[in-house]
Amino acid sequence: MSILVGRDTRLIVQGITGREGEFHSRAMLEYGTPLVAGVTPGKGGQTAVDERVPVYDTVAEAVQATGANASCIFVPAAGAPDAILEAVGAGIATIFCITEGIPALDMIPVVEEVRRAGARLVGPNCPGATSPGRAKVGIIPASVHVEGRVGVVSRSGTLTYEAVQAMTDAGIGQSTCVGIGGDPIVGTTFTDVLELFGADDETDAIVLIGEIGGSAEEEAAAFAAEHLRGIPKAAFIAGRTAPEGRRMGHAGAIISGGRGTAASKVEALEAAGFLVAGSPTEIPTLLRQAGYGG
Amino acid sequence: MKISEADAKTLLGAAGLPVAPGEVAHDAATARAIAERYFDGGAERVVVKAQVLAGGRGKAGGVRLAASPQDAEEVASAILALAIKGYPVRRVLVGPAADIERELYLAALLDRSARRVLVMGSTEGGVEIEEVAANRPEAIVSVHAHPHLGLAAWQARELAFRLALGDHLREAVAITTGLVRVIQDNDADLVEVNPLAVVRERTADGAETRRLVCLDAKITLDDSALPRHPQLEALRDPDEEAPVDREARLSGITYIHLDGTIGCMVNGAGLAMTTMDLIKRAGGEPANFLDIGGGARADKVAAAMRLILADPAVRAILVNIFGGITRGDEVARGLIEARGMQERDVPMVVRIVGTNAAEASEILHAGGFETAMTLDDAAEKAVAAAARSGAAA
Repeated sequence: MSILVGRDTRLIVQGITGREGEFHSRAMLEYGTPLVAGVTPGKGGQTAVDERVPVYDTVAEAVQATGANASCIFVPAAGAPDAILEAVGAGIATIFCITEGIPALDMIPVVEEVRRAGARLVGPNCPGATSPGRAKVGIIPASVHVEGRVGVVSRSGTLTYEAVQAMTDAGIGQSTCVGIGGDPIVGTTFTDVLELFGADDETDAIVLIGEIGGSAEEEAAAFAAEHLRGIPKAAFIAGRTAPEGRRMGHAGAIISGGRGTAASKVEALEAAGFLVAGSPTEIPTLLRQAGYGG
Repeated sequence: MKISEADAKTLLGAAGLPVAPGEVAHDAATARAIAERYFDGGAERVVVKAQVLAGGRGKAGGVRLAASPQDAEEVASAILALAIKGYPVRRVLVGPAADIERELYLAALLDRSARRVLVMGSTEGGVEIEEVAANRPEAIVSVHAHPHLGLAAWQARELAFRLALGDHLREAVAITTGLVRVIQDNDADLVEVNPLAVVRERTADGAETRRLVCLDAKITLDDSALPRHPQLEALRDPDEEAPVDREARLSGITYIHLDGTIGCMVNGAGLAMTTMDLIKRAGGEPANFLDIGGGARADKVAAAMRLILADPAVRAILVNIFGGITRGDEVARGLIEARGMQERDVPMVVRIVGTNAAEASEILHAGGFETAMTLDDAAEKAVAAAARSGAAA
C-alpha cells in the first residue's frame, strides 16, 4: 500500500513550466510516477517536459480532465500559499509543497483551510515523498532508494538522502520516505506520518530523522510510545553539538531557553522504544538490533 | 532577524501600545544630555540599558539606574565598555525609571505545534519565562488566536482576568490584541513584553495614578517575510552584523561561526548539523556551521571557501555534499577554482556523493584532493588533517 504516494497516485505539478518544476517533473516521469498534468496560469493548452505533459490554466481544469488526486507545488514563495489553496479548492487530496521561503504567518490560515477541507498538505519547504518502485513526488534523488518495508520520515533534505542511502547500501529497502519540511509551520507532522505508517500493511519498521528545535520529535515519541510499541524503530537527531541561541539554517532549528535540545529528543525517543543512532550510517544496524529482519 | 529593544518599542508604540519613553545614545555625553532632559521633566531616576541582541543584559551589568545626569554619564560609559555574550555594547537606551507596582509577562508568538499564534501571559514578570515554565507552570496562562479571525476581544478579556488585571481591563485588552496585530503586521515570530508593568505615576495635580506600560520589548522577525517589509530590513544593525555574517547573507549562505578548528562546507541544514556532530564525535571541533543551500554553483563554493578561511583558527576543511538538486561535478570544479584563489593553504577532505558523484570524483582525484566515501570516514580524516596541520603550524 505505502503511504501518501503510491500506485493510485495521479499527480499534477503546479508551476511545471518553471525551471525547477520542469527539471523535477522530468525526473518524476523517468521514475514512472503517474504525472498526468501540469498547471501554469496563462499557459493552458501548451505542453511541458518534451510535450509529454499537458498544461492547464487552473487546477480545477486539470482535475476535471485527468482525475488527478495529488499535487506537487514548485510555485515561488509569493504565490505558493495561493497555489495550495487552489489545489484544496479543486478537491486535491494530497498536496506536496516544495517551495521554500514562505512567511510562516502566511501558512497559518492555509494549514487551517487544508484541515477543514479534509485534505493533506506535506511541507512547505520539504523534499516530497517517494514510495520506491511505485512513485516519486518531489525532489528526493531516485538513486538513494530501493524498494522495501521500512518507512522513513524526516525534517531534513540532504540528511534524509544520506540516511536512506545508508539503508539502501545495507540492503534495507523503504516502503515510503517522507520529508515533512524544516519550516516552523508545516502541514504534516512527524506524528501524522507515524500514524500513517502504523496503519500501513507494507511498513514493518520506522526510521525517524529529526533535528534540534521545537517539540515535534517529543510529540512523535509520545505517540509512538502509545501506538507503535511492537514495531522496530530507529532514529537520528541532528544538532547534538549545536550551541544554544543560534539558528542552524532551518527556520525551526534553534535551541532556546533550554528547549528543543537534542538530549531531550533522544531521551523521549529512547523512552518510546526508538534506538537512536550516533551517525546516520548506524541506522541499518540499529534497525536489525530492534528486530527488523528485512 | 532580531531587532533591538529600542526598535521593538518603536514598533509597539507605532501600533498604539503604551511603551516606556526613552532615547538612544551612542556615547556617554549624549546619554547625559538625554538624562538631563528627563530629570528636568521631573524624573527622579533614569535607567540606562545596553542595546545588544543578547539576553541576560541585567545579569551582565547592562541595565543600571542613575540618580543624576553625572551619574547617567558614568553608568552609560561603563555599559558602553561592556561586551555581553560576545556582543560589544555600542548603544544605550536612556529613559525615566518607572515606579513599578507589579510586573507581568505578555507575549505573542508562533506556536508550531498548534500552528497558530499563541498569546501567553504570566503573573511573574521580569524573570525569564522559561524559568517560570519550569518552576511555576500554573502562573502561565495562554490562548490561541483564531487562524482566520485573529484574537477575539473576549479572549483578551479572559486572559486579562486570569492575570488579575481586572482593574486595568481596557488597557490589558488593547495591549494583548495589539501584540497580535504587531505580530501580524510585521511578520514577527515573537513579540515579547517582559516586564509589562503596572506603574505608579503622578498627574499634574499630584494625584497618584496607575497604568500598564511595556517596560521592555523583544521582537524577532521572520526572515522569509523581510523582502515584503523593506522598512524592517532597514532596522538591521550593521554594527551588530560581523562582516563575515554580512558576506554570508548576501551570498545566500547560512554561516554560523563556532570555536573549533575544522571548517565545514555542507549542503542542507540537517546534514550540516550532522557533519558538525560527527566531527565532534571523531574528537575534533567544528569551526562553523555552513549550509551552501540547494543548487550551489562554483561562485557560491568560492564564497563559502572565503568565509571559512577568513577564520584564522581553521586548520582543516571538510566539504560534505550530497548531490540532489546540487550537482557534484559543479561543486568539484568550484573547489578547484576556489583553491586557486585562496591565500592560505589548508588541508581539505572532500566527500561528494549523489548526483554526478562519479564525475566529481574524477575531478577531485585529478586535482589531488583527499576524498572520503562515508560521512564517518570524512569526519575522521578531517580531524586527523586538522591535528597534523595544527602540529605543523
